[in-house]
Order: sequence, then C-alpha cells, then structure tokens
Amino acid sequence: MVERTSLAVRDLAVHFEMEQGTVRALEGVSFDLHAGRTLGIVGESGCGKSVTARSILRIVDRPGRIVGGQALLDPGTAEEADLIAMDPESRRMRGIRGGRIGLIFQEPMTALSVHYTVGNQIIEAVRAHNDLSKAAARDRAIELLREVGIPRPELRIDAYPFQLSGGLRQRVGIAMALAGDPDIVIADEPTTALDVTTQAQVLDLLRRLQREKNIALMLITHDMGVIAEMCDEVAVMYLGRVVEYAPVADLFTTSRHPYTRALLRAVPSILATPRQRLATIGGAVPHPGARPSGCAFHPRCSDFMPGRCDAASPAPLRPGEAGASCFLEAQP
Amino acid sequence: MNVLEVSDLKKHYPIHAGLLRREVGRVRAVDGVSFHIAQGETLALVGESGCGKTTVSRCILRALAPTSGSIRFDPGQGETVDLATLPKRALRPLRRHLQMIFQDPYSSLNPRMMVGDIIAEPLRVNGVPAAERHARVLELLDLVQMPAVARTRFPHAFSGGQRQRIGIARALALNPRLVVADEPVSALDVSVQAQIINLLLDLQDRLKLSMLFVAHDLSVVRHVSDRVAVMYVGRIVEVAPTDALYRTPRHPYTETLLAAVPAPDPMRRGRQMKASGDVADPAKPPPGCAFHPRCPYAQDRCRVERPELTEVAPGRWASCHRAQEIELAGVA
Ligand SMILES: Nc1ncnc2c1ncn2[C@@H]1O[C@H](COP(=O)(O)OP(=O)(O)OP(=O)(O)O)[C@@H](O)[C@H]1O
Ligand SMILES: Nc1ncnc2c1ncn2[C@@H]1O[C@H](COP(=O)(O)OP(=O)(O)OP(=O)(O)O)[C@@H](O)[C@H]1O
Ligand code: SF4
Ligand SMILES: [Mg+2]
Ligand SMILES: [Mg+2]
Repeated sequence: MVERTSLAVRDLAVHFEMEQGTVRALEGVSFDLHAGRTLGIVGESGCGKSVTARSILRIVDRPGRIVGGQALLDPGTAEEADLIAMDPESRRMRGIRGGRIGLIFQEPMTALSVHYTVGNQIIEAVRAHNDLSKAAARDRAIELLREVGIPRPELRIDAYPFQLSGGLRQRVGIAMALAGDPDIVIADEPTTALDVTTQAQVLDLLRRLQREKNIALMLITHDMGVIAEMCDEVAVMYLGRVVEYAPVADLFTTSRHPYTRALLRAVPSILATPRQRLATIGGAVPHPGARPSGCAFHPRCSDFMPGRCDAASPAPLRPGEAGASCFLEAQP
Repeated sequence: MNVLEVSDLKKHYPIHAGLLRREVGRVRAVDGVSFHIAQGETLALVGESGCGKTTVSRCILRALAPTSGSIRFDPGQGETVDLATLPKRALRPLRRHLQMIFQDPYSSLNPRMMVGDIIAEPLRVNGVPAAERHARVLELLDLVQMPAVARTRFPHAFSGGQRQRIGIARALALNPRLVVADEPVSALDVSVQAQIINLLLDLQDRLKLSMLFVAHDLSVVRHVSDRVAVMYVGRIVEVAPTDALYRTPRHPYTETLLAAVPAPDPMRRGRQMKASGDVADPAKPPPGCAFHPRCPYAQDRCRVERPELTEVAPGRWASCHRAQEIELAGVA
C-alpha cells in the first residue's frame, strides 16, 4: 500500500528582521508527513523546530516572515493547496488551523484560557469547525474528553484549567487539538513539561489516537528517548536546516551526520553505568544571526575537513530520502 | 563520616479558610523525611513534581523554617549543629559551608556585576583579602574550565552553560562542606547539559564534594549520584546505592518511575509502562501507603497501615509492606 502524503513541506525559509540584523531561523526545510506515521523533529534549542510548526500553521510571531518555500496540503492530488500562499487570516486558513491540522503545545495553558471552563473552550473549538448546535457540541466535547482518557468527563467539563493537574491539562490540550477532527497533528514538545509517569500516559494516548484516526503526526522534541519510543522517521535539525533524515532504527544504529552521532552520545541514559561520563560536543550552538560559513556545524564537528566544510554548504537532503547533508556523503 | 543527617523532617503549610481564616487542614509538603549524606558523597533526591524535593533542600539551607525534625550538619570543626533549630544569627557563620547551585543560570547571576566579582563575592563577605581573592577567582575559573578573561566580563556575554559554570564556581569559592543543587542541569540543552554533568563528575573526584542533587530526570541522576532517595508525597519511599536502585528497585513506586522513562533505543520500544492515576495531593494523602491507589501490588493492608522505611537489604531501605515478597523490574 502506498501511504498517503498528507503534507509536503518544501524549502521553507523564515527570517526574523532584528535590529542587530537578519536572523535566518529556517533556511530551506523540507520533509513529508504521511497518514498514520510519526515524523520526529529533534535538535537543540533554537534550531527552528517551533518556527517550522508555526510556519505551517501560519502563526509565526512578528517580526518573523516566511520568505520562501511551500507547505502543500494533499500534495499531488486535485485538492493540493499551498498553505504558505494563503492569507493567514483567511477563512480557509482559519478552517485548516485547528481543523485539518491540530496543534498541541508544550504548555497546555498556551492553548487554554484561565477565565473559561474547559468545556466552554472545547465546545467553542468544536463549533468553530463543525456545524453543531450547542447541545450537540457539548456532547461532542464530553466525548472528546473521554477519548483522551479523562475520567468522569461529565463533571470535568465544568472545571477550570487551574483545577486540573498538569497531566489532565495536557489531555485537555490534546482534546482541543482534536476538536476539529484533524488528520494532521503537530505536537510541539507535548510532554516536556510533564513528569515521566504522565509523559508515558500522554505518549500512549497520542499513539492510540493516531492509530484509530490514521493521523499524520509531527512530534517535536529534544528528548531522544521520546524519539526512540514514538517515531517512524526522524528529521534532525541544526541551525534552521534538516541535516539528517532517517528511519528511527537507523538513526540510532547507523546515523550518518556527525551532529546526530554527537548528539546521541551526549544524551544521558537511563542505562548508564555509575559515574559514566558523556561525550560532549565542543562549543555551543552558534546564534542563527551568526551562522558559520559552509556547513554550519563545521566549528563543532569532529570530522571537519578544512577548506571543504567551511568553504561551501553540503548538498541539502532530498525530501523523503534517508541521508545526511554532509560532505562525508556523496555529493551530486 | 556524615556531613548531613536529616531525621524526621517535616514541613507543613497550614490551609486557612473562612472569614476567620481558621486552619482547616495542612499541606504535608515534607512529612517525616530521614536520610544522611556521607563526606564525599552525592545523594540524589528524585520524584514527581510536587513530592517535596525543593522543600527539603530549602529546609536544609534554612530558606524555610522546618515544622519539626532535625538537620544535623557537620561544618568540619568537630561539632555538629542542628540547622533545623539554630537561630538565624547563629546560622550566618555556617553559610559558607553550605552552598547552593541554582536551576536557572539566567536569573541567579547579578547582571550588573562582573563575573570575577560574582565569584569573589562570597570570599569578600567572608573577609578574604583582595590579593588572595584574585588568585582564588583564577583558580576557580580554571576549575570550571572557563578562560581567565571571563573575569572582567558581564554575565550577558555568556551562554547558559557558561553561566552555570560561573554559578558553580561561586558555589565552590569557599570550599563548602555541602553543596545543594536543585535541578542544576534541567534548564540546559543536551550538549551543554553533558558538559555540566561531566564537570560535576570531575569536581566530585577532585574535590571530594558532598552534594545533595535534586532532580526529576532519572537518566541524569544515574550518571551523577552515588545513592538515590526516591520521594513520594512528602516521604522517602526508597533509598539505595544508585546502580542497585536502577537494576533492582525494591519499592513499586521506583519501579513505576523507572518503567516510565523512554530509553534512547528503538529496540526497547513498547517496554515503557504507563502508571495509572495521578500523584496524590499532599493536603489529603491517601491513608495507609500513600502510593496504594496507583500501586499494582496493593493489598488490603496497604490501604490502612502506613509502611515505615525499613532496611530491606544491607544499605537498602524501602517503605513497602510487600518489599520482601514481590519481585520488581528494574532497568539493566
Ligand atoms: N519571536 C522571535 N523573535 C526573534 N527571533 C526568533 C523568534 N522566534 C524564534 N526566533 C529565532 O528563530 C530561531 C528558531 O527558534 P525556534 O523557537 O523554532 O527554536 P526551537 O528549535 O523550537 O527551540 P526550543 O528547543 O528552545 O523550543 C531561534 O534561534 C531564534 O533566533
Ligand atoms: N508556600 C506554600 N504553601 C502551600 N503549599 C506549598 C507551598 N510551597 C510548596 N507547597 C506545596 O508543597 C509540595 C511540595 O513542593 P516542592 O516545591 O517541594 O515540590 P518539588 O518536589 O520540588 O516539585 P518540582 O519537581 O515541581 O520542583 C507541593 O505540593 C506544593 O504545592
Ligand atoms: S560537512 Fe563537514 S563539517 Fe559539516 S558535518 Fe559534515 S563533516 Fe562536519
Ligand atoms: Mg521550540
Ligand atoms: Mg522543585
């Protein structure tokens, strides 16, 4: 069976015009999301994970500007539509945001207001994307809360967010994201603020919902454990670019980009031996306003080849093909 | 020789209600905690959010006045003192022996002071002459692997990881007997976190540091601690040498926590076990064993009789009625 590609992101570029100069937050990001599959996006702070998510939904913060690229919904079909070409405030885009594409935030309170009950907010989200009466929307909201595993949803629907634990709040956040019955879900660090026990429950929930609804899931995280547990494919980002793309098993056993290898060695492990030291990556992530020449990773790379890596950029990845953007790979 | 011996420490917060603000209950944030830290040892305190880790560490630093219990501290002059009951005035000369490393390297350094002065501050307060201070600052910068020129620059010129090094240098300036570190690496990115973990391991070796390491990340803890104390709703439920605790937990809560951590290894996928239920409320801890509503091994006795922390094997303590009869899974 050929799997359906739900979203194709191509050469996405986003700049922030700052007083100090232009910050190139994204410099040509490409990847595909497939129905029923999970793409993990991993990389250190500032590499552009959230900006990627926000660009697709057309909610990039000012002074950010999408300066190029496409985000094609249903690519290759008669319904193909480029989200980047749409007016972010248009009815169509508002319908897609929260409708076809659901968004789950790290801190559920970003999606929830403190002033309204959980129920009011979900009901509103349900009605924004479905033509339902108030009563029917309330039933649907209760059903959604039950679906995300909230016990006694008939009672919980009248609670205010602050009356719920962090784990329950994130479940409400997921219920909100599901209100428009999306077939694409973008989850930006959905479990980073949670305890491991709650994280396990929320990941399990995401997995179950994805299976039931054949959702294309884009899971942003900086936790390699979450990647290993959840993803089918993984895109590793560094300074606004995808530097490696691989099926999850290959990423952990035979990663091809020196950055991926370094990152994996630097992650503390639950399987560590006592007092085990970690391999470190020299230096720190440079500010995207001061991107190094050539391959942006070259100042920190253990495989750095002078005169080559600092002189030109390695070829970018071809979307959907496993590989690394690195001069150690065959160049076209 | 023990640097610290905490026994039956309690910190309760009264809950007031009504017009007369009568006390209607108590949040038992810390409810009878006992442990010790030997000279040169790092003890980790772990557990889910709200279990009382920070409250314990703030009581030891006397940023909070304990409700009851004792905190015997050996400042290294032959006689121990009880930090729990010492008047504020008598505490002041002891401060130099008890230092703190903070979670947030951004808010913990005064932005208007040069790094050299920040590190020298505790030396100055304790009457170390200027010439000696200068030499000591250079020594400390070297210890935390920062260049000497950092001395004359302001905190804003440094990254999160570098600021954390500065904070560590300041904490070590007076050769403290005990360092309390509350989530010292949880705000840091992977590669920086790895550098700071290695630095802490170096310092433990070189200075024979004694440390209370508060963290919720069980992977980080496995790298840096000699022993681990697991807290649940204000009480310690298990204490053991690190490797033993991870391999063969003796308390069901420890098993639950360990099972929830996703390992950075896709071959282990699906082993992640989900705990049921939410953390108990320290204002209304369940009767008997506080973990019983979530415990897969709970029996009638567990619902009524509170288990005490008892030695279940040499050097290993657990508070579970069934610790001797159930076989628990760890992570190898
Ligand atoms: N509102 C903004 N103003 C200016 N620059 C921004 C803004 N938002 C993002 N950026 C820039 O874009 C880059 C990418 O940011 P983004 O939030 O996507 O990172 P991230 O990978 O999600 O990091 P994190 O792991 O910390 O969430 C940042 O380095 C930053 O320089
Ligand atoms: N001033 C206060 N008044 C009432 N309750 C408090 C107060 N300070 C803390 N608590 C409660 O005491 C309990 C323990 O809090 P503490 O901050 O020690 O937890 P923690 O283990 O450090 O959690 P985290 O991992 O989130 O930092 C929590 O339930 C908290 O709500
Ligand atoms: S291109 Fe060169 S510098 Fe860049 S990652 Fe590959 S080897 Fe390192
Ligand atoms: Mg982000
Ligand atoms: Mg805390």
